[in-house]
Amino acid sequence: MSGGSNSTALAHARYVIGENPVTGFAFGLFVLIVLAAILGPSLVPYDPLASNTSRALQAPSAQHWFGTDQLGRDIFSRVVVATRLDLTIAVASVALVFVLGGLSGIAAGFFGGWVERIVMRIADTIMAFPLFVLAMGIVAALGNSVTNIVIATAIVNFPLYARVARAEANIRREAGFVEAARLSGNGDMRIVLFQILPNVFPILVVQMSLTMGYAILNAAGLSFIGLGVRPPTPEWGIMVAEGAAFMVSGEWWIAFFPGVALMLAVFCFNLLGDGLRDIVDPRRRT
Amino acid sequence: MLSLILNRLMLAIPSLIGVVIVTFLLTRALPGDPAAYFAGPAATEQAIAEIRAKLGTDRPLIEQFGRYVKDLARGELGQSLTTGQPVSREIATRLPASAELTLIGLLLAVLLAVPMGILAATKPGSAVDHITRVVSTAGVSLPVFFTGLLLVYVFYFRLGWAPSPVGRLDVFLSPPPHVTGFYLVDALLARDGEVFVGALKQLALPALTLSIFALAPIARMTRASMLAVLSSDFVRTARASGLSPAKVVVTYAFRNAVLPVITTLGMVLSFLLGANVLVEKVFAWPGIGSFAVEALIASDFAPVQGFVLTMAALYVTLNLLIDIAYGLIDPRVRLDS
Repeated sequence: MSGGSNSTALAHARYVIGENPVTGFAFGLFVLIVLAAILGPSLVPYDPLASNTSRALQAPSAQHWFGTDQLGRDIFSRVVVATRLDLTIAVASVALVFVLGGLSGIAAGFFGGWVERIVMRIADTIMAFPLFVLAMGIVAALGNSVTNIVIATAIVNFPLYARVARAEANIRREAGFVEAARLSGNGDMRIVLFQILPNVFPILVVQMSLTMGYAILNAAGLSFIGLGVRPPTPEWGIMVAEGAAFMVSGEWWIAFFPGVALMLAVFCFNLLGDGLRDIVDPRRRT
Repeated sequence: MLSLILNRLMLAIPSLIGVVIVTFLLTRALPGDPAAYFAGPAATEQAIAEIRAKLGTDRPLIEQFGRYVKDLARGELGQSLTTGQPVSREIATRLPASAELTLIGLLLAVLLAVPMGILAATKPGSAVDHITRVVSTAGVSLPVFFTGLLLVYVFYFRLGWAPSPVGRLDVFLSPPPHVTGFYLVDALLARDGEVFVGALKQLALPALTLSIFALAPIARMTRASMLAVLSSDFVRTARASGLSPAKVVVTYAFRNAVLPVITTLGMVLSFLLGANVLVEKVFAWPGIGSFAVEALIASDFAPVQGFVLTMAALYVTLNLLIDIAYGLIDPRVRLDS
């Protein structure tokens, strides 16, 4: 990309955010979440693991903004500290599938033939499962750990990335600039890496942002049913699970605040994905 | 039409083969030696080798796969370590509970989302349109287990409208005689009004939770598809010919707009079957989802494998039915095949 197109892209981005205040709001929320993930542990008022049974099950107050749980731990501190782990799991799984799904999709679209058949067969087989159920099965088989939650979340997202990358690479296979690169003596590998990949990249980035929300939900769902993250580690899904029993006796704040944090994070990434798509690919605007 | 059905059946077969291979490979990926696990920590080398021979894990992979397929063909899914029961029997007794919940949830979602989408499309920019947009964005962002807990708090703890969120039926009522396994249907067949109302009360909140989750994509798709159809020439012609707005929207526009909505149902079902597991956990619903979760926590793999396989087979079958319904509704699909 030349400098000129870069500055118009920036102007377009500014225009989209200006036109759609919701994207601006989502961006603000995104900054907040990232800050909480980076600085959270050093900012929170209480130790997220320190229990104090004399202050157990207190409703939200000036002292404990989000109240305390059954062990007297400060929920506000736990919710903030959990941001880092939840975000890390989602980012790691999305990055993993970005590389695996993106590259194999591009290879499928560019080379066609048996490469395409194998990649698409794998994608179709994954799509034959209800995705969350497959993720459960994978974690059960590989072992109950956070790493395996990352892997399972990446695998269930694989078809989305592979399909998008394949379609986009396929359109560009015969494009003028690819022909030009080939005529000037570039091999297939070079064309894929330096001509196709940079062109498909922005579309995959949009896909990343759109699937981040789902990755967060998927990981939180797995830890809600007791997979991966173990107590007392602060993590939103597991905190909601711990608070579930208290919902029927009226101590709503234990599950409520981590649940809201989870919802806001997913909401933020979904809106951000829509906004990014408008910037990268204005034709698909709805 | 018959050829269309046969055609779709043929397309479902590779998916099913893929499902069987993946569930087999998942057992092979199990960490550690299952024979050593079964034998316990105090077992001798010889005892482990014996169990290995009994389980067949000392045979070549292909042979093990053949045995696995043969067991599957006989409906054999192995034994649960914790309950000692055959997995297939457990799943068969628990499946109706899950199916009833999922189907009612889906039905509720369609009944709410389709009118919402239509109203939003016929009056763009109106209050209904905005509400639909907010609900459909919130619906996809809300973790389904969290929605369930919020509903429990509001309708059980605060308002007291809903019964205690445990199981399919109040402990004081006995389940209706087993015919279909669907309590609502069985209670009707037995003409037992009390049990029917009781089962409905227990079902209301979990089904509502699922439907809020499934609502968003259906409403969104209905709106988009209706908007496209409403701006087409034949709708303009119908309006110009003086047909009543209701007739134009329902008979002309909606029938054409319904196809993409049915296509999204396939995706919605994938999410719904997954969400079902979480909802069952929240409401202590005795379905196959909570069965699998209990087994997962106990590292009991056979039930989990059986569960994954059942869910996938169910999903492939449901997608097949959706495809066939598509052919019934749209004559063009029939002509193409």
